[in-house]
Amino acid sequence: MNKATLRLSDGTEFTGQSFGYEGAVSGEVVFNTAMTGYPESLTDPSYAGQLLVLTYPLAGNYGVPPFTVGPDGLPDFFESGRIHVSGLIVADYSEQYSHWHAVESLGDWLKREKIPGLTGIDTRALTKRLREQGVMMGQIVPEGVSCPSPAENYGEVNWVERVSCRDIVRYNEGAGRKVVLVDCGVKANIVRSLVRRGCEVVRVPWNYDYTDMDFDGLFLANGPGDPDRCAAAVEVLKRHLASTRKPVCGICMGNQLLAKAAGASIYKLKYGHRSHNQPVREKGTDRCYITSQNHGYAVDAATLPAGWEELFVNMNDGSNEGIRHAVNPWFSSQFHPEACPGPLDTGFMFDRFTQLL
Amino acid sequence: MKEKKIRKVLLLGSGALKIGEAGEFDYSGSQALKAMREEGIRTVLINPNIATVQTSAGVADEIYFLPVQPYFVERVIEKERPDGIFLAFGGQTALNCGVALYRNGVLEKYGVKVLGTPVQAIIDTEDRELFVERLNEIDVKTIRSVACENMEQARAAAEELGYPVILRAAYALGGLGSGFCDDDESLVRLAEKAFAFSPQVLVEKSLKGWKEIEYEVVRDRYDNCITVCNMENFDPLGIHTGESIVVAPSQTLSDTDYHFLRALAIRIVRHIGIIGECNVQYAYDPQSEDYRVIEVNARLSRSSALASKATGYPLAFVAAKLGMGYGLFELSNSVTRTTSAFFEPALDYVVCKIPRWDLSKFHGVDREIGSSMKSVGEVMAIGRTFEEALQKGLRMIGQGMHGFVENRELQIADIDAALREPTDKRIFVISKAMHLPHYDIEKIHDLTRIDRWFLYKLKHIIDIDEQLKLQRFDTLDAGLLREAKVYGFTDFQIARAIGLESTSASMHEALLKVRGRRKEMGILPVVKQIDTLAAEYPAQTNYLYVTYAGESNDIEAARDGKSVVVLGSGAYRIGSSVEFDWCGVQALHTIRKEGWRSVMINYNPETVSTDYDMCDRLYFDELTFERVMDIVEFEQPHGVIVSTGGQIPNNLAVSLDAQHVRILGTQAEDIDRAEDRAKFSQMLSNLGVNQPEWSALTSMEDIDRFVQRVGFPVLVRPSYVLSGAAMNVCSNSEELGRFLQLAANVSEDHPVVVSKFIEHAKEIEMDAVAKDGEIMAYAISEHIEFAGVHSGDATIQFPPQKLYVETVRRIKRISRQIAKALHINGPFNIQYMARDNDILVIECNLRASRSFPFVSKVLKINFIELATKVMLGLPVKKPAKNLFDLDYVGIKASQFSFNRLQKADPVLGVDMASTGEVGCIGDNTDTALLKAMLSVGYRVPAKTVLLSTGSVKQKADMLDAARTLAAHGYELYATEGTSRFLADNGVPNTLVHWPSDPDLQPQAIDLLHRHKIDMVVNIPKNLTTHELTNGYKIRRAAIDLNIPLITNARLASAFINAFTSVPLDRISIRSWREYK
Repeated sequence: MNKATLRLSDGTEFTGQSFGYEGAVSGEVVFNTAMTGYPESLTDPSYAGQLLVLTYPLAGNYGVPPFTVGPDGLPDFFESGRIHVSGLIVADYSEQYSHWHAVESLGDWLKREKIPGLTGIDTRALTKRLREQGVMMGQIVPEGVSCPSPAENYGEVNWVERVSCRDIVRYNEGAGRKVVLVDCGVKANIVRSLVRRGCEVVRVPWNYDYTDMDFDGLFLANGPGDPDRCAAAVEVLKRHLASTRKPVCGICMGNQLLAKAAGASIYKLKYGHRSHNQPVREKGTDRCYITSQNHGYAVDAATLPAGWEELFVNMNDGSNEGIRHAVNPWFSSQFHPEACPGPLDTGFMFDRFTQLL
Repeated sequence: MKEKKIRKVLLLGSGALKIGEAGEFDYSGSQALKAMREEGIRTVLINPNIATVQTSAGVADEIYFLPVQPYFVERVIEKERPDGIFLAFGGQTALNCGVALYRNGVLEKYGVKVLGTPVQAIIDTEDRELFVERLNEIDVKTIRSVACENMEQARAAAEELGYPVILRAAYALGGLGSGFCDDDESLVRLAEKAFAFSPQVLVEKSLKGWKEIEYEVVRDRYDNCITVCNMENFDPLGIHTGESIVVAPSQTLSDTDYHFLRALAIRIVRHIGIIGECNVQYAYDPQSEDYRVIEVNARLSRSSALASKATGYPLAFVAAKLGMGYGLFELSNSVTRTTSAFFEPALDYVVCKIPRWDLSKFHGVDREIGSSMKSVGEVMAIGRTFEEALQKGLRMIGQGMHGFVENRELQIADIDAALREPTDKRIFVISKAMHLPHYDIEKIHDLTRIDRWFLYKLKHIIDIDEQLKLQRFDTLDAGLLREAKVYGFTDFQIARAIGLESTSASMHEALLKVRGRRKEMGILPVVKQIDTLAAEYPAQTNYLYVTYAGESNDIEAARDGKSVVVLGSGAYRIGSSVEFDWCGVQALHTIRKEGWRSVMINYNPETVSTDYDMCDRLYFDELTFERVMDIVEFEQPHGVIVSTGGQIPNNLAVSLDAQHVRILGTQAEDIDRAEDRAKFSQMLSNLGVNQPEWSALTSMEDIDRFVQRVGFPVLVRPSYVLSGAAMNVCSNSEELGRFLQLAANVSEDHPVVVSKFIEHAKEIEMDAVAKDGEIMAYAISEHIEFAGVHSGDATIQFPPQKLYVETVRRIKRISRQIAKALHINGPFNIQYMARDNDILVIECNLRASRSFPFVSKVLKINFIELATKVMLGLPVKKPAKNLFDLDYVGIKASQFSFNRLQKADPVLGVDMASTGEVGCIGDNTDTALLKAMLSVGYRVPAKTVLLSTGSVKQKADMLDAARTLAAHGYELYATEGTSRFLADNGVPNTLVHWPSDPDLQPQAIDLLHRHKIDMVVNIPKNLTTHELTNGYKIRRAAIDLNIPLITNARLASAFINAFTSVPLDRISIRSWREYK
């Protein structure tokens, strides 16, 4: 394996070996503390524009499953059609893998999709740096490859636009209850979770105006980047909420868009929540859930207007994990009830939503 | 306390350490007691294990050194009237006892509320049929066996379960007629045979080669549920999880697998209704997502202790709080202190648990490992690569191995068989096979069914080793050297791989050369924290490990000369267990109390000393010279304490001293003078102190000459490392010849130490603390057994009851002389032998001994606290009281685990065999002995005793006891010689015959099988083959049939005297505090 270096925008460097595509790349460097789930995470569109650091040191152990596509056109074992992270950084890549379901190694997959991978890194030291300084831009540069041109600043890009579908996609047509799914970078398992509960899903581009469409409920998907770049989506949503009481549910970016439409503001977390072990509590109850999360921005709950309230709160840092309308069937979570990867404990969010339809 | 009505709680401990139930329950019980103390609850503890931390002053409010058995627990309840009881913190012993008290209505009668998981839920998980039923209710698959009475049923069952299946003949011992069937044809063939043995055949789905996965689950009364950790067994199903290498987190599960099993575990735990902690074990198909639930343990377990240490999540502490009514959301993460206890730890390292076996200690034991547990301890290694963790772990088990490679060559006759049928050595067989050209990963996988991923990683170690072997010291490649360190190689392994052994005076010198070169190259390890959240949140954690897979340290060393490093005791093993953990913890307490910073190095997940609350810094890492030096160089402490952790740290004293590490307490040079047999012997001669005559001999001729001079019997100690044979007493030249053949390899490099063995001598122990060579406090105790039983197996009485005043005086005098001559500063122990008033010194250890907690607690003077103060250079005063002031007696009795060790001869000798011990206090020897013997599993016989009492001398020794038994109405059965002897002396008895006379009736073995015998006293006469075989069969039958067995005449007499003179209901129920 050739040497490669991660250069952070604060000047810190970490040198390891390249195990993916031999090219230079830049992105916002973020860390995830999950111990499993790289095939799902790498294909999660919410990671667009980011260099992902896995804090669990061993990666690649169980290889990569086959890219098969189900009857509805969704990949069976991935969250989208391709890798969305810009680069992967691990401590100890496992060249050999073992799993009945695997067809190739993580390194081969990265090479195939032209995504750089870096191993042999003190990912704990790197993570601590990001925790203390906040997430920052960085570059992976293999030895002998010239530096990429300075990257666009992560926060200034409308990443949603880059990963959202261009045209309407329909799933489970004729199933009955129709859900419009606003695709800000939706993970496949959100679609699967709705389809499994008997919904017809109409997946529309992030800025699509669905206010004239005929449907039973609105679902706001996850997506990458700063929600403040998604003004167009918020505008459509505002008009929708003003015109109808139809059920609305959102996940992650969806939570933020709903909050913005309600009038609340968003702030960037120092280093985000990216893990499978985030504890959230349903406000006003004794019910707590372990959740899967991937977000760098959060809703400022203090700015929620009258008529809206917090639904979930993060038990570690008190940040907002979901909101709801006091009267109307509008609610959302900052965490990912669809899991994939991560714990399956909050699938009830889909039940609550579909039961309202 | 959330529940205001609960003010006093009874906690049941697990008693003596035994195979399957060891130190982990000291840790979980201590945590539970700490949790209750925090809530202001009064705690009552029943645990006869006096060497534990939980039975120390200040941990529980009242401590009863009594058997954890329904009778005694009821009497304590009657006296103490607790409001609640915890059953989940004392292993299976406490759980069984608690269920019995629930079933017989005692808990209800006294209004004692069971805290935590309800008893019905416990019963649901313990009763196999109920368990299957409960899981069927929620469509969760369990391992099912179908009982069949004819071929058709068997075929139908196999068809339904799906091939392959296992067939077992019911009611057949030793797996007779069992086997695997891949198809109908093989089933028919095997079933025909099986039906020939047995009217019933059990058909079970074969899960051969399936993965074994565990989840540790926590649930509160609000139904909030988390899984704290999952773990994967390195060995596939079929090897008990206690016998398997275990890794955390799982390595070969995808996210789908992981969360499928996690969600299932939560569903099971909710359905059963656990409140607190439990573990769910799965068998998981390596080829699909099929699974079976193996079992659910509704209590803290070995695995939960491991999970706590692996993650930093204090499971027992949290479980206790949940039992008191808290919700998880009301508790905080005790590592970060700022985040919630409702979370699942994220690891950023890999943990590897490896069992420690001591099978070499047992004659005749079956070395195969399988579905029942035989290991006596375990270690946990932490690394940032699997290879690093595994190699660390293989060193930690302390069986002379240096990692996965560069060990001494293993002699294996049939490698295929050794891979297929696992023994305690299998991991090293894999290493050997991987070095051979015709064993590739596929072949090893086929033979072992170990997941290929683990094998790839092992092969990676081999590959690095092969590259190292191409290197020479002078041209050592820095990149490769770093790589080797990242993957867990020690300087020793590297030195050996690059061939430094041949050009260095010793391996130690060779490794120092590598160490020097490595440091020149700037290849240094880093210190990382275990913080439960993978660095996501800042944590002031002091829970640390050392790794080469990193660039920067997580912490800085204070280097202010205020840190004191205490070296721990490593893996529990026969001869070193919880007692040294107690010593280490007491040293840590004292260091802290005196205003110093305490630093612990240890790697045993079953201990309290590796609880990060116990010290200011915990390095969960190796106790090798290399690693201790790394830590010392990083910390630059005031000094290092090597005398509270048993032999492992003691052995490091000299090499640390040579590197100018300050050893606190007795100096390395003096430790060496006590450890080196020749130097010690010379010193004793100079002092005019006697010792049994001995010699280190290198040829058979020398041995013969020595024996001719001193006469039989002699004690022979072969070089353990080479032969694996234990030491032994030989009474004649036939035995000596046979034994030395076993021991093999008598050579210049590996002398055999032979010493004169003195019969019918008393053994006496001196445990003491000295300052500047002057004894500050001491405890003299006497063995009940005569010399010849290892001091670790002997029953010990303190204060001594039957020593001559003159003997005591002489022992004190000699001890004073030795303490002075060795300039002792700190703890020490001297073993003496006395016949009449002749005193001989057997050995002297300049460290705490196994009996320190026992004598400290009986005397109520904390010897370690005193010793630690001495080692810190603080002024100390001689305690005002001494052992002659005590109005009560303490008895320490040994726990044996022969029932777990199939085929092992349950006979005691000069090598230690016990796995644990208890210490009980009574107003007199009889009461204390009775409590102690009952605590280690003996029962007062109902009406029959089988005697075969050895040699003439032993028969005579036992005569009084036999008379006592007869006088108390016991029916005596006796083998030939004993029967005649008893009859000649007017003791009525029934003659029974030896197994070697199969035609004569009645047969001793038959009586045992028919449960006609309530206790067996079998004293081996000598080591002749004939005697051993006959006696062995009776002894082994007694163990296998769970009939109390005593093999020592002195102990048998003492026990018989005790139970015939003290009826159970006259045993006073007094707490430790009440003995004043």
